[in-house]
Amino acid sequence: MDKLNSKDIYDIILLINQYIAENKEKLSQLDAVIGDGDFGTNIGRGFETAVKRLSTVDPSKTDIGTILMIVANALLESVGGASGPLFGGLFINMAMSSLGRSEIDLPEIVKMFTDGFRGVQEVGGGTMPGEKTLVDALYPAVEALKQAANEGKDLLTAFREALLAAEKGVKSTINMVAKRGRASYLGERSIGYQDPGATAIYLIIKAFYDHISHR
Amino acid sequence: MNRPDDIVREMLEGMALAFPDIIRLDSQWNNVYRRYRKPGNRVALVCGGGSGHEPAQAGYVGYGMLDAVAAGHVFTAPPAPQVLAAINEVANDVGVFVIITNYTGDVMNFGIAIKMASAKGVKLDYIIVNDDVSISDISKRRGTTITILINKIAGAAAEEGWSLEEVKRVAQKVLDNGRDIGVALTPCILPTTGKPTFELAYDEIEFGIGVHGEAGVKRMKYIQSRELAKIMVDAIADDLKLQKGDEVALVVQGTGGTPYMEKFVFYRDVRMYVESLGLKVFTSWIGEFFTSLDMQGARVAILRLDDELKRLLVAPAYTIAIRTPGIVVS
Repeated sequence: MDKLNSKDIYDIILLINQYIAENKEKLSQLDAVIGDGDFGTNIGRGFETAVKRLSTVDPSKTDIGTILMIVANALLESVGGASGPLFGGLFINMAMSSLGRSEIDLPEIVKMFTDGFRGVQEVGGGTMPGEKTLVDALYPAVEALKQAANEGKDLLTAFREALLAAEKGVKSTINMVAKRGRASYLGERSIGYQDPGATAIYLIIKAFYDHISHR
Repeated sequence: MNRPDDIVREMLEGMALAFPDIIRLDSQWNNVYRRYRKPGNRVALVCGGGSGHEPAQAGYVGYGMLDAVAAGHVFTAPPAPQVLAAINEVANDVGVFVIITNYTGDVMNFGIAIKMASAKGVKLDYIIVNDDVSISDISKRRGTTITILINKIAGAAAEEGWSLEEVKRVAQKVLDNGRDIGVALTPCILPTTGKPTFELAYDEIEFGIGVHGEAGVKRMKYIQSRELAKIMVDAIADDLKLQKGDEVALVVQGTGGTPYMEKFVFYRDVRMYVESLGLKVFTSWIGEFFTSLDMQGARVAILRLDDELKRLLVAPAYTIAIRTPGIVVS
């Protein structure tokens, strides 16, 4: 079936936690050159907390929104910094979008991600692509999902295109001057480094894609 | 240390064990409160931010200064629910005054907490401290040493029973008349990663450094203390448009890893240059007030004073870091 159910979302969260944990050092390293070097530790702690809380949840009896809300609260309560509200804002809106649903199809997934993107924008004060933030990976990924849905493509193809768009977005941050957050103090000196927040978004999209392609 | 992830909690436990007469630790969150609550008819002051800046901010909880501090992980703003818990703990009928340093994460999390508390009917107001002159765009200026002077002066006002509006007015006056600038001679090492936050050659100075070990705004070749004092004081004096005859408070501090010997040499140079500009030094704070872990470097802050600020600045305080008024040099 070309849908995602609660168990899928649950497993995807576990996979996101695994990918973030595996890349913890790399994410902190990216943050060290343009931020303060703790992004991997902080976001890692967030997803670890989420997975710990999900361990007592039975996905077959829980709706998607509730699962995502547990993730959102864990991120908001344990990550801190700017990343907590930004990634928390993403998951809160995704959760609100899927409350009470035990499965969602591609158009609903597109809406869920679009709502999530709006959550990031609200918290971040209208952050747009080109400012060297997580939005540089998130926005193109959401747009790719949207386009794939409009063209009637299947779920796997849609996420393959979203992943490619996110990857391209992450790479594009290398040549950008940071306009937001701590990296922005560096001005021109922030050029040449990949944004860690965008990299984490890439890992999140990759978890969706890998789960769908392996199920 | 023990486990890097436990460093903030264990530090706060140490503080609470060492100073049980001044603070108590909320063990659900890493929040620090006064051991003895202030009377309920006094404005309560809440501050906070990432850790690694000791004695900021938990060191300023106590009589004459703060009522609550939300301590985040190292260099990481505390999450909004934690800040909300701190606000709720000290909320009263006359109001809560929240002091926020101007960093993206702090503004977001404190902002969310303030919104949530207001929605529940808590009377509060806040100030976002942006006193760092190294950045020309004022909205991007970071919150540094003037935060501590606001803690002190607004804290003294609150202790005397001023209204929320009046506490905010005097806090704003401190911000309008105070500026800070910092330099780093070395980066700092994050306990969570064990790595330096940036690279700096042995003969280089990072000018306009923030308090989170993030790189500053430009890099320059090493110069002597006397010349550095001049550049740093000039940056502040220009920005504040200080005039001959102005009375000021001077704060000269290390950034966590600077020997006292060098701090006093640097203070001497700052003091002599400030006086050569025709400024009158009312009082000086020399030490460590808003640090960046083990970074070697220095910060200078200058606050232009009037009679009101002078009185509140030297009013009694009893906290871990500030026990007595600064030494009055007249």
